[in-house]
Amino acid sequence: MELELGGVAHSYGDLQTLASIDLEVAPHSVIGLVGPSGCGKSTLLELVCGLADPTAGRIELGGEASAEQRLARCALMPQRDLLLPWYSAIDNAALALRNQGMRREEARAAAAALFERFGLAGFERAWPAELSGGMRQRVAFLRTLVAGKPVLALDEPFAALDAITRAEMQEWLAAALRADPRTVVLVTHDVEEALYLSDRVAVLSARPGRIVAELSAPAPRAENRDAAVTDPAFVAAREEALRALREGSR
Amino acid sequence: MRRWLLPLALIALLIGLWQIATSTGAVADALSLEDFLVPSPTEIASSLWENRSLLAENAWVTLREMLLGIFCALAVGLGFAILMHRWQVLRDAAYPLIVASQTIPIVVIAPILVVWFGYGITPKIVIVALICFFPITVNALDGLRSVDPDAVKMMRSLDASRWQRFWRVEAPAALPSLFTGIKIAVVVAPIGAVFAEWAGSSSGLGHLIQSDTANFQVARQFATVVVLAAMALVLIGLTALVERRVVRWR
Repeated sequence: MELELGGVAHSYGDLQTLASIDLEVAPHSVIGLVGPSGCGKSTLLELVCGLADPTAGRIELGGEASAEQRLARCALMPQRDLLLPWYSAIDNAALALRNQGMRREEARAAAAALFERFGLAGFERAWPAELSGGMRQRVAFLRTLVAGKPVLALDEPFAALDAITRAEMQEWLAAALRADPRTVVLVTHDVEEALYLSDRVAVLSARPGRIVAELSAPAPRAENRDAAVTDPAFVAAREEALRALREGSR
Repeated sequence: MRRWLLPLALIALLIGLWQIATSTGAVADALSLEDFLVPSPTEIASSLWENRSLLAENAWVTLREMLLGIFCALAVGLGFAILMHRWQVLRDAAYPLIVASQTIPIVVIAPILVVWFGYGITPKIVIVALICFFPITVNALDGLRSVDPDAVKMMRSLDASRWQRFWRVEAPAALPSLFTGIKIAVVVAPIGAVFAEWAGSSSGLGHLIQSDTANFQVARQFATVVVLAAMALVLIGLTALVERRVVRWR
């Protein structure tokens, strides 16, 4: 397993955010985490990434459990794109490589190859303020991908986008992951998004978050999104997930 | 165009009114003063021209005091802001003191500093630096603290060291605020320089104003004020120019 969580619980002072989470994620597969607002989804991602240690339980990434090792093996894409306004699109995407000590020109060249591949060619020199919402999310995702880590933690990557752009971005991300498979932990409050992009979806309860249902997606990252999400098997899975979500919110 | 034209028209109107009021002797009569004590704009202009080398000589003295003082304040203030940003304990301890220090009137300290440092340039630099230190430090610290904590998490997840987080996120984020501080410093620097010269000096624009007061050289006093104001304006303009070159993403 690439990622294993055993009895993970977390509290901020007296406030318990997560209660006993057990999860196993195979290499190159996508796990979707859905749950009501404030159920500790983002906290769980931060714990997985090694930005903090859980109050109880164990998180292993590639067999390593220390926060330092988790930081080295996992890249976080935060909820907002958080592109740095003082860097061009390409320099934002190349940020991890620069941090890892690569020279500026080399890092830019490495990121430029991905710009070409992921439909961003021509925008390398643009300031973040000049990009549309969808473009910014693409650059933010590339920034995460370029870090070259086996595990990606995506925190509501498309929450700020309108419905049409969001559907386009889901197709785009599906294509990106087909081309460059990674182990992904995807947090979202959108059940359809989770079922379309993930291999498996875990439904979390209201705070303190625990897993109330785990289901398999019928057609993970299918090329034709519209056909996939209207398929009866997909619709049935969505209803099942929504039911679990409703029951878990009580 | 309009941005320049309107203020210029207003200045021209005010100078015109002043010219009429003084050349007819109306102001002098109203104040029961000799005419030469209430100079007209044309008299001030001719004083500016006749005393150009004297004014230039003294302007250079004052400008040097201002620039060296601002530079010292920038070096110390920036260093202090960074240290206070890095160590919360230092901020909690020193910040109230820095605010409190601003309640001590510079007019009171100036003579003391002259006693300590003599009649040379040193007490002037110290006084200008003291008066510029506050806006620079406070604004720089505010800028450093304005950084989004999620951006710091993102950088940590992308392998940034403490040092890289500072240079790539915190320092650029603080720049606009720092420039605001510098602009305020540039505006108050002439006040500091003039007070310092009044407390004891043998040259400089402040010294010139002081000796002209004793000799009823009112036209030249006005000319000196014009030079002082022009110097501050040019410095603000230069700061804004540098800001636009440095903070290119705005």
